[in-house]
Amino acid sequence: MITTRGLTKRFGQIVAVDHLDLDVREGDIYGFLGANGSGKTTTVRMLLGLVLATSGEISVLGQAMPASARAVLPEVGALVEGPAAYRNLSGRVNLALFDAMGPERDPSTRDKRIEEVLEKVGLAAVDKRPVRAYSLGMRQRLGLAGALLRRPRLLVLDEPTNGLDPQGIREIRALLLQLHAAGTTIFLSSHLLAEVEQLCTRVGVLDQGRLVIQEELATLQQPTGRTLVRTPDVQLARGLLDGQVEHHDDASLLVRVTDVAALNSRLVTRGVRVEELSPERRALEDIVLAATQPTSDQLTGR
Amino acid sequence: MIAVELHKLVRSRRTWITVALLNALPTLVAVLLAVTDLGPRPGTGPAFLSAVLADGKLFPLAAIAIVLPLFLPVAVAVVASEAIAGEAQEGTLRYVLTRPVGRTRLLVAKLVSIVAFVVIAVLVVAVSAYVVGTLLLGDQQGVASTSVSGTALSTEELAWRTGLSLAYATLSMLGVAAIALFLSTVAESPLAAALGTIAALIASTLLLTLEAATSLHPYLPTRYWLSFVDLFRDPILWRNVGRGTALQAAYVVVFLGAAWANFTTKDITD
Repeated sequence: MITTRGLTKRFGQIVAVDHLDLDVREGDIYGFLGANGSGKTTTVRMLLGLVLATSGEISVLGQAMPASARAVLPEVGALVEGPAAYRNLSGRVNLALFDAMGPERDPSTRDKRIEEVLEKVGLAAVDKRPVRAYSLGMRQRLGLAGALLRRPRLLVLDEPTNGLDPQGIREIRALLLQLHAAGTTIFLSSHLLAEVEQLCTRVGVLDQGRLVIQEELATLQQPTGRTLVRTPDVQLARGLLDGQVEHHDDASLLVRVTDVAALNSRLVTRGVRVEELSPERRALEDIVLAATQPTSDQLTGR
Repeated sequence: MIAVELHKLVRSRRTWITVALLNALPTLVAVLLAVTDLGPRPGTGPAFLSAVLADGKLFPLAAIAIVLPLFLPVAVAVVASEAIAGEAQEGTLRYVLTRPVGRTRLLVAKLVSIVAFVVIAVLVVAVSAYVVGTLLLGDQQGVASTSVSGTALSTEELAWRTGLSLAYATLSMLGVAAIALFLSTVAESPLAAALGTIAALIASTLLLTLEAATSLHPYLPTRYWLSFVDLFRDPILWRNVGRGTALQAAYVVVFLGAAWANFTTKDITD
């Protein structure tokens, strides 16, 4: 759905995006992670033809961007760096105006599609108030509605849950999963690791303009071969698992064992009271932090 | 896209407030003239103003002559500067472009919408001036109006010459619109683009008073603005009207070209 080859963008001396080879496949929910200033937004803008690449190739839905923008973009729904609307017009009028722009207009289904997307994003009851009077969360929902209006095959979303309360975040997450189930590929740019962890199937991590990780989330989070044991009988268990304990504290041990079931029966038969047993998985946070350098908006003197 | 821009123009409260404000000064002038009966002496003050006390049907022309040197160009500069910079500042530009609306197409739609604004503004000023003029000022029943050259004009002749003048006034604003549209693609804020355009117009007006700049005069955007008065001479003096038209066309070509070159190669980062 999205592939880039050696995609590079310079702003003067600064290299914002450096030889990026993205690969987003059909059916992915692709989590595009990176710290502030790592080049995420510049990349998203290049994919959509807003920022013009210094060098490299971009292909979206199998066609070159920005050359084929007129054919590609009607099938792409986008939310870039926060929603925007004409402030003195109502949400419905805004959607109608945006729908009337550009090619492949379909005025006959417009009203129906507008009601449909407003329903989806939870704004069905919205009245004639101008967008000026909307809360941040309502604007975010309206922005999403605009992205969904043309029933796109690909959604490119930059921080879609920004400004939403926990309830709203959950609703939007459910909506994205529902769209994904219906066949929409989603490219989700975010700095919220938890959001990506809960939603995405594949992850790309950007660090100072370079792609440092691009992998299935499940592969990244494979068991590490160690098992976490929580027990009140730490000393007893240590004696029993001599040599296999990598680390322990007052209430838990980290054991170099992959067969969790066997470990359990071994501990229980020897009288160790087990509270919890789980294969250790690497947290996305650890993976990302290990792969990236200290955040770039932190300026350290040298 | 043109339809969308026109829709936005017509629905915008700012459009109508601007048009209403444009009407304020000519109306005030008409009221003052009617109350005091003190017209400027012939040959002084804005064009046609000395004649309107006797003939209110000439007041639309006087009204245009009142707003054309400053008010109308300022209004056009403000509206045109919003075109790209305003959308960029509000954040809607990125959503318009990813609809997708081609950048060239967007520029053309914006220019059409600005021209529509000028037409609306000029027409509203003329119509309300006609109403105010015939109600408050002289209404010589059955007497023919006189041209600037002193000959009589039939009502029919007055009508089409007035129409031609309104068209010329609209045309005179194209240069301002093109300059403002160009600056709107360069500047980050619409305010900066509007002020830049107004600065260019003030510079042009100033240079026109300077004898040392005589060689530049034929190329200054404000040079032929008031030449529509020539349409009321007998016979019509076409020379300056023709030059004014050509000059405005040149400004549109140059600045729209520059706007296009800048905007189509620009990174949209706001």
